[in-house]
Amino acid sequence: MEAGTTKVISVLVENKPGVLHMIANLFRRRNFNIESITVGPSVETDSARMTITIHGDEKTVDQVVKQLAKQIDVLKVVGLEHGHLVMRELSLIKVAVKDAKERSDIINLVEVFRGRIVDVATDSLMVEITGTPDKIDAFLNLMHTFEILELARTGITALGRGTKSIRIDE
Amino acid sequence: MTKMSGAQALLESLEKHNVDVIFGILGGAILPVYDELCSHPKVRHILARHEQCAAHEAEGYAKASGKTGVCMATSGPGATNLVTGLADAYMDSIPIVALTGQVPTAGVNTSYMIGRDAFQEADIISIVTAVTKYSYQPRNISEIPQMVNNAFHIASTGRPGPVLIDLPKNIQTGIDEVEFTNKVNIRGYKLITEPKPQKISQAAELLAKAERPIILAGGGAISADASDEIVQMSDLLMAPVATTFMGKGVFPEMHPLSLGCIGMHGNPAANRIIGEADVLLAVGTRFGDRATATLSAFAPDAKKIHLEIDNAEINKNIEVDVPIVADAKKSMQALLSATKTKLSKGEGTTWTKRVKEVKEQLSPLLKDRPRDVVPKQLLMALRELLPENGIVTTEVGQNQMWSALYFKALKPRTFISSGGLGTMGFGFPAAIGAKVACPDRPVVDIAGDGSFIMSEQELACSVSENIPVVVIVLNNSVLGMVAQWQRALYDRRYMAVNLGKTPDMVKLAEAYGAQGIRAQSIEEFQKAVKQALSSHVTTVIDVPISPETDVVPFVPPGCGLPQQRGDY
Repeated sequence: MEAGTTKVISVLVENKPGVLHMIANLFRRRNFNIESITVGPSVETDSARMTITIHGDEKTVDQVVKQLAKQIDVLKVVGLEHGHLVMRELSLIKVAVKDAKERSDIINLVEVFRGRIVDVATDSLMVEITGTPDKIDAFLNLMHTFEILELARTGITALGRGTKSIRIDE
Repeated sequence: MTKMSGAQALLESLEKHNVDVIFGILGGAILPVYDELCSHPKVRHILARHEQCAAHEAEGYAKASGKTGVCMATSGPGATNLVTGLADAYMDSIPIVALTGQVPTAGVNTSYMIGRDAFQEADIISIVTAVTKYSYQPRNISEIPQMVNNAFHIASTGRPGPVLIDLPKNIQTGIDEVEFTNKVNIRGYKLITEPKPQKISQAAELLAKAERPIILAGGGAISADASDEIVQMSDLLMAPVATTFMGKGVFPEMHPLSLGCIGMHGNPAANRIIGEADVLLAVGTRFGDRATATLSAFAPDAKKIHLEIDNAEINKNIEVDVPIVADAKKSMQALLSATKTKLSKGEGTTWTKRVKEVKEQLSPLLKDRPRDVVPKQLLMALRELLPENGIVTTEVGQNQMWSALYFKALKPRTFISSGGLGTMGFGFPAAIGAKVACPDRPVVDIAGDGSFIMSEQELACSVSENIPVVVIVLNNSVLGMVAQWQRALYDRRYMAVNLGKTPDMVKLAEAYGAQGIRAQSIEEFQKAVKQALSSHVTTVIDVPISPETDVVPFVPPGCGLPQQRGDY
């Protein structure tokens, strides 16, 4: 991921079947690359909010926003400004634990990164960590010195800073 | 609120949208709708002989009339056969509504439910997502009237396009309380129709100061009915008018300032002049690659104004100086009055002199002797025999490009062809659809033998439904356009282009009960066209031509418009 060329786009869509398919299809057929996409209900339950992270130059991003806006089930599209957004990703990591020393090493690292241990078994731990993708990448780098058994990342979700909000135009 | 079946709700909704004709083929999963058609004699059903052609017929109907065309098919293969027609309508922004049957969502026998790979089940909504403007699948009978309203609204407004309604069989047969409404309720569909005054004044400023203005009109100018405004603007600025292939007919091609089409096989004068312009006013065009050729060489010295209803087309292919996102007709009206305040009449002597000079120099009409049986002479002869409002459709390939070059379209909606998708087999069913829309006007499909064979079975539809059209087969027994590419770009290594022993087109026509005439000279051709036009019987005119005739000029892939090749 090169700095400065990743853009986070917030999309309010109709909360109904087929919309995710339509968006994924649009990205594929227009040859846009998605870094990540997350979806969940929005303030109003009849709409959902997608957070899409894409990689590309200014022209590509402009086209992505316009093509999204053109879709009938898309209610609002906003490209979030760099430096004016809060961006988070959640990751669950299952790590094998050989002995007590490894266990305490992992727990120490988790504390430094303000993560949490969410499951403990005799020879493994599950870690939950939340933060910017960079922070999670840094944490995973360290975890790779241990044996990672499983890894799940949610992809980025984000909101713009301040009172101004992205709402459906009436 | 009235109790009725879903099929009845559908038909009554279609009638409220003034649907008077449906092109289609029935099958098991759409039978309830067909049964309901018996009770709605005002809606004419035209039985196509292939669903793809039903879609093209709806397209031809829509293009000729400006109304929304309707086609219908059953589930599974019926629905998938529509796909090419939908893709064609999507690329060329043609308003059509397609109705498909679908297996039931629920029923007594649960093995017939959607998602269980039932007989003739296809997930048509997923399949057409990429080639429709929108698609619906009602899950309740009471939703049908609103869905039909929405479907017609989406298909016909903004940038027009195809919409599909997929009707599960139990929704067609089930009975429920239904309320009809005129409302359209789509909160995510916002139309921008009025141009921004600030953009209009910027554009007017550029136009008033232009020394070498040119207007480029695309298919959007026809959809928006902006023909009159383009003529007035040309007159005000003394600006030549070129069109894209899709815009052909929006400006009368006999007009002294008409340049014809630009493009890979564009009119050489149009390709030349657009490179010399200092201001380009583009109206309703997406700057498709067959029109612009290499982008860096496209009108490189011109400031560009882009009037376009679809915001996503702005800066997609060509970077423009003044984008105006609105209805093309309204934008042109606003632009006309704004420009008139700055300019009483374009002086333009030097520029119009230059236009005239280039047109004379590069006219593709001068060579050949008038008696040669070549596409140029045939198409010029056809123009003389057809009234101004006669409708021409074309197939795809050389026949299409020759038609673009040599057949002068004089009015909008009189030249109908598959531009974006380039669908061979389009012209004949489109002609049938156009004839249904305009029964009092002659409709002629200019075909090649390769394309015509792809939908010749519609002769059965044309004859039995009494929709008389004329097909002119420029018969060279070869897939001519690709043969030309193999000649020019693959060192004459011909592969799979020779059609071998092709059917006798005269006998083929007669086998279907149509009239077949062979014409081997210009005189015979003229006689055949006259006979076809006066006989009111579907007629195939077979005209043998040389397989070696190229379409020229030719802008090879990777070149700019000024680098056109060929002896023209």
